[in-house]
Amino acid sequence: MQIDLTPFRRAFLDECVEHIAALEDGLLRLETAPGDAELLGSVFRAAHSIKGGAGSFGFEPVAHFTHSLENLLDRMRTGALGAERALVDLLLRATDVLKGLLECARAHEYGQTDAAAPETAAIEAELARWMEQPGADAPAASPASASAAPSAATQRYTVEFAPATGFFSTGADPLLLLEELASLGEREALEVDFSELPHWEQLDPECCYLSWRIQLQSAATLSALRDVFMFVGDEARLRFETLASAERAPQAAPARESVGAAAERPSAEASSAVRANAASGAPGEAGRAAPAAGEPRSSGRSAASRSSSESASIRVSVEKVDQLINVIGELVISQSMVADVVSNFSPERLAQLREAVLAVERNTRDLQERVMAVRMVPIGSIFSRYPRMVRDLSAQLGKEVRLELEGEETELDKGVVEKIGDPLTHLIRNSLDHGIEPPAAREAAGKPREGVVRLRAFTEGGSVFVEIQDDGAGLDTARIRAKGVEKGLLRADDSWSDEQIHQLIFQPAFSTAATVSDVSGRGVGMDVVKKNVESLGGSVVIESQRGVGARFRIKLPLTLAILDGLTLSIGGQLFVLPLLSIVESFRPKRAALKSLLAGGEVVLVRDETLPLLRAHALLGIPDAQTDPTRALTVVVENDGRRVALLVDELCGQSQVVIKNLDANFRRVEGVMGATIMGDGRVALILDVPGLMRLSSGRSAALAL
Amino acid sequence: MNENELMKNPSNNPGDDARQFLTFRLAEQEYGVPILRVQELRGYSAVTPIPNAPAHVRGVMNLRGAVMPVIDLRTRLGLESAPPTKFTVIVVVNVASKVVGLIVDAVNDVLDFDERSLEPTPSLGAGVNTGFLTGMAKQGERLIALLDIERVFGIEPAQVA
Repeated sequence: MQIDLTPFRRAFLDECVEHIAALEDGLLRLETAPGDAELLGSVFRAAHSIKGGAGSFGFEPVAHFTHSLENLLDRMRTGALGAERALVDLLLRATDVLKGLLECARAHEYGQTDAAAPETAAIEAELARWMEQPGADAPAASPASASAAPSAATQRYTVEFAPATGFFSTGADPLLLLEELASLGEREALEVDFSELPHWEQLDPECCYLSWRIQLQSAATLSALRDVFMFVGDEARLRFETLASAERAPQAAPARESVGAAAERPSAEASSAVRANAASGAPGEAGRAAPAAGEPRSSGRSAASRSSSESASIRVSVEKVDQLINVIGELVISQSMVADVVSNFSPERLAQLREAVLAVERNTRDLQERVMAVRMVPIGSIFSRYPRMVRDLSAQLGKEVRLELEGEETELDKGVVEKIGDPLTHLIRNSLDHGIEPPAAREAAGKPREGVVRLRAFTEGGSVFVEIQDDGAGLDTARIRAKGVEKGLLRADDSWSDEQIHQLIFQPAFSTAATVSDVSGRGVGMDVVKKNVESLGGSVVIESQRGVGARFRIKLPLTLAILDGLTLSIGGQLFVLPLLSIVESFRPKRAALKSLLAGGEVVLVRDETLPLLRAHALLGIPDAQTDPTRALTVVVENDGRRVALLVDELCGQSQVVIKNLDANFRRVEGVMGATIMGDGRVALILDVPGLMRLSSGRSAALAL
Repeated sequence: MNENELMKNPSNNPGDDARQFLTFRLAEQEYGVPILRVQELRGYSAVTPIPNAPAHVRGVMNLRGAVMPVIDLRTRLGLESAPPTKFTVIVVVNVASKVVGLIVDAVNDVLDFDERSLEPTPSLGAGVNTGFLTGMAKQGERLIALLDIERVFGIEPAQVA
């Protein structure tokens, strides 16, 4: 019988994402706490789990690569190597490669265009070089020495392995264990003990009667040998014995290339050739050859990895699912109550019907909330990628930066969490590059050498806020202003507030960086940040103080699918306005209305002059109330800009489910989507930034 | 149906292997669309207008929870728009993986056309746009204009296609 392993393989790949995260996280923390045995243990376990699973499910390149990684981690665990920066660097890069390999495997598994295999060869050669280090020295300067260098002193071990009779029932396979053991070194002797084998008639084919005694010459440590049997537990009797240190046989190859399963891989020959290549200082060529040995390569890597990461599954706590089931149960009961009343209805039962319908309504609302909760994931899953980025980037920029995370447990809709990653990445890069000063400059300014970037998430009202705060130089308002004047975005004599001037950095191709670096300064990106955040229905606000620091505050809706809105009517048609953008509403007095020359209208609200946007004119709705003193104005805000929107009347507040228009139609300017009202009719949801654009488009057209 | 006849038929639309059409009326003329493109028929119900949309896009309506645009086929074909009557029907069709409703005056029939009854669109001279038609079909005294649904939407690809 052939068992379909596909679901298990996929589950394994999903799990690997977590292992990789644990690996990376552990390595980063290891840098600040070198020698923390517990941390080392968790890093090692993560690598070991990947290796084990990859081996069982036939992801050979992954298993092989992780094996070299694991060996090195093991040496760290036993204290042979210290967690110094260069080593952690390499391990982090190795983690990246591993991530790439898993991405490949995933693409392959899901039948997508295969992602390009990462360039494993160079990293593997480096890992091997570290393996050959006798102590905590720096890696050998000449890569050529790696292939020829002697491997660490080998030792001779005796391993006795006697599985219990019930060993097979746990699903374990002694053969696999023996093969793995053999792959650690050179097997010198293997004895099988048949003495327990019963007579043919008493033999139970599902029991294990054999035991083994293996003599092995290996460079691996005793604990590495023990780890082979890590998952065996109490199901077997094990005995390890270290014999006198063996003299290294002149022909002994490095450990991981010698015996066992590794050599049976079809690509083994090719990849060892590649390794040799890389070791002799041709990483470029090795890189090109490596994918041929591993997985087929294609150019669609980033596309494939993106799509797969977005289609990935959600982990939901059992508790949430149980709650859902409870609510569904209640809903079924309520529904049968309605059905019962309806099936033999008489006017006297009207009250009963009303009650039953109310129950259905309550259950439905409950259900909706709980289903939405399933989609909520902690933002920490995104935050966890930044410590690594800040570490690498600050090294690259020659700055000392500490990243502080706060509020990782804040929950957000999965869709929002996925899309907020890139804008955050960009803002953090920006803080590092433009915000935090070089250490010398910071000392001169009386600040600590080490800059602090703080990433903080919290929920307030119906929104989630994500802040990126740094204690750097802050925004150079004068320079941004000068640049804005130069680009013709404002006139030199315009009296803009600092806040308005700061918003200029979100203009496309706007950069005040004196030098363009790898990191930022090309003026590409901040506009994309703003656009991405807005596409999520959010906004970005900048607070900055020269010399003290800057804070970017991103405001996001909790969810993409449901919106708190105010229902209003214009010319007899119903519209929904997102509640988040509404400041206040009032009926203007005649005296508060002024017409300006170009056909523009303003309305005075207390001491503020707001442009008046006639919604009916922007949306082309006939039969609307055109006299503002008989209609209503709703003050709406976007980007710190306020306008008064003229509508006929307000009908009430409600939660609506957003349906997008582009599914069957297309995007419509000024409308962010549609929703279906209680009576089954469709109402459009107004988009405040879009309405503002429509109106400025109008006035631009008038000006021509 | 009669498979053989269908197979022999040289088709203008290679995608449609059946020559069955749903016919409906607009003004005094009868039109047909390939039946395989028709998802369902619905009675006319209120439509929510869309701001700043082309004249022939009457608005959107709720199709079991999905928001579906509704096209006034009369306006699209250059005829005068008419108020809905009790015969007015919305023909829900699938075009380029989208679901779109067409307002028609009344639905008539489902007809099989054999190859002899199909004729190319006659040239009606300048000023008359025949671009939306794939051909004409004769059934007794009736002359039915066959619509090219892609063209009806696809002429303005940015809008509906």
